Amino acid sequence: MQLGQRVYSGDDVQLLTASGLGILRGERVLFEGVSLTVAPGEAMVLRGPNGAGKTTLLRMLAGLTRPEAGRVNRDAALHWVGHRDGLKPNETPRTHLKLWAKAWGADADVDAILNDMGLSRPADVAARYLSAGQRRRTALARLMLEKRPVWLLDEPFTALDAEGRDRVLAMVAGHRQGGGAVVAAVHGDAGFAASREMVL
Amino acid sequence: MSPAPILSAFRQALGEAWAGGAGALLPLGFFAGAAVLVPLGIGTEPGMLRAVGPGILWVSLALSSLVTLERIFQADVEDGALDLWLQTSAPVSAIAAAKTFAHWLTAGLPLALMSPVLALMFQAEAGTDLLSGALIYGLGGLAFFFWGGVGAALSATVRRGGLLIALIALPLYVPTAIFGSMAMSDAAGGDSAPLLLVASTLFSLALAPFAMAAALRLAAD
Repeated sequence: MQLGQRVYSGDDVQLLTASGLGILRGERVLFEGVSLTVAPGEAMVLRGPNGAGKTTLLRMLAGLTRPEAGRVNRDAALHWVGHRDGLKPNETPRTHLKLWAKAWGADADVDAILNDMGLSRPADVAARYLSAGQRRRTALARLMLEKRPVWLLDEPFTALDAEGRDRVLAMVAGHRQGGGAVVAAVHGDAGFAASREMVL
Repeated sequence: MSPAPILSAFRQALGEAWAGGAGALLPLGFFAGAAVLVPLGIGTEPGMLRAVGPGILWVSLALSSLVTLERIFQADVEDGALDLWLQTSAPVSAIAAAKTFAHWLTAGLPLALMSPVLALMFQAEAGTDLLSGALIYGLGGLAFFFWGGVGAALSATVRRGGLLIALIALPLYVPTAIFGSMAMSDAAGGDSAPLLLVASTLFSLALAPFAMAAALRLAAD
């Protein structure tokens, strides 16, 4: 798979800039020469077959994986929601959100967020008894705890039902309206309004 | 830097330790079991038991500390919590230290509290020495858990990493085991041994968190 130099540019104000990103996985070049910029209000959808490196690219943008080439400039705080939900088996949606609100020093109305995410009913059920979709909703609810300009989402719709998907789309739309930006790896139709696509 | 993420990591680790049923009690059972087997193996001659008792307890303590360490970082890798902890405003080393300390509180402190009972089984004389012994086992255990935490962080992405943790951590246990045994024995030079034990424990507390942080960053990479 050859990606070549592909530079996306948006407005003058950038929340996130990556240039010349490349990484090896084993002996193989997973991708190289990936550059992108994300400006306020933008959504970028990462596409590509399984194993193309979408998750790796997102982790690089999040600062979790070190690129072997290129660099990432994070000019704004970001939220990372990976495909693993980050819940402990004994945590409930409520204790999970309260813990992270406290860890981040965020003054959030956890009850309202639980309600918004359709998690009022299972709010006090331990994660090991929750469905995959309910765990996913809890992970995505972290986005609402603290306002951060950049959201990096890895397969945000996995395990969500149609109603959950609509909630996430509404969250993304509201976030963009408020000057936020989203980079997401999505299979199928992302459903984001006016988004750019990048194929790995 | 605010201490909030560190406190949250500590609280989450405590909650996890008590949530897994009797998981936190496993090292305690192992500690008692290992120590009880020894008199059965070597006979019950009081003089001999009294001589080997402290040494046996140190070995049992070292091995018991390894029982539950495997999960403390591996679970974070598997459920994705590690990504979140790496992205807080607090240093990763402080997060790792908080988690390890919480683990010692739930799994290691009970070992120290139980040591006087086991020491009595080895014909130690009842008295205040038992309490100072518990303090010494507690201090030594703290070093064991922090060095073991380095092994746990290094093997966080390895399936069945338990044995690997032992191979990494046991050499690091050596100074603590030596000073700890000296502190428990009445031999000459025993006076300075407790101080040396404190020093080696402080050394582990100062160094291990940075090694854990580096290993955890690699685990997430």
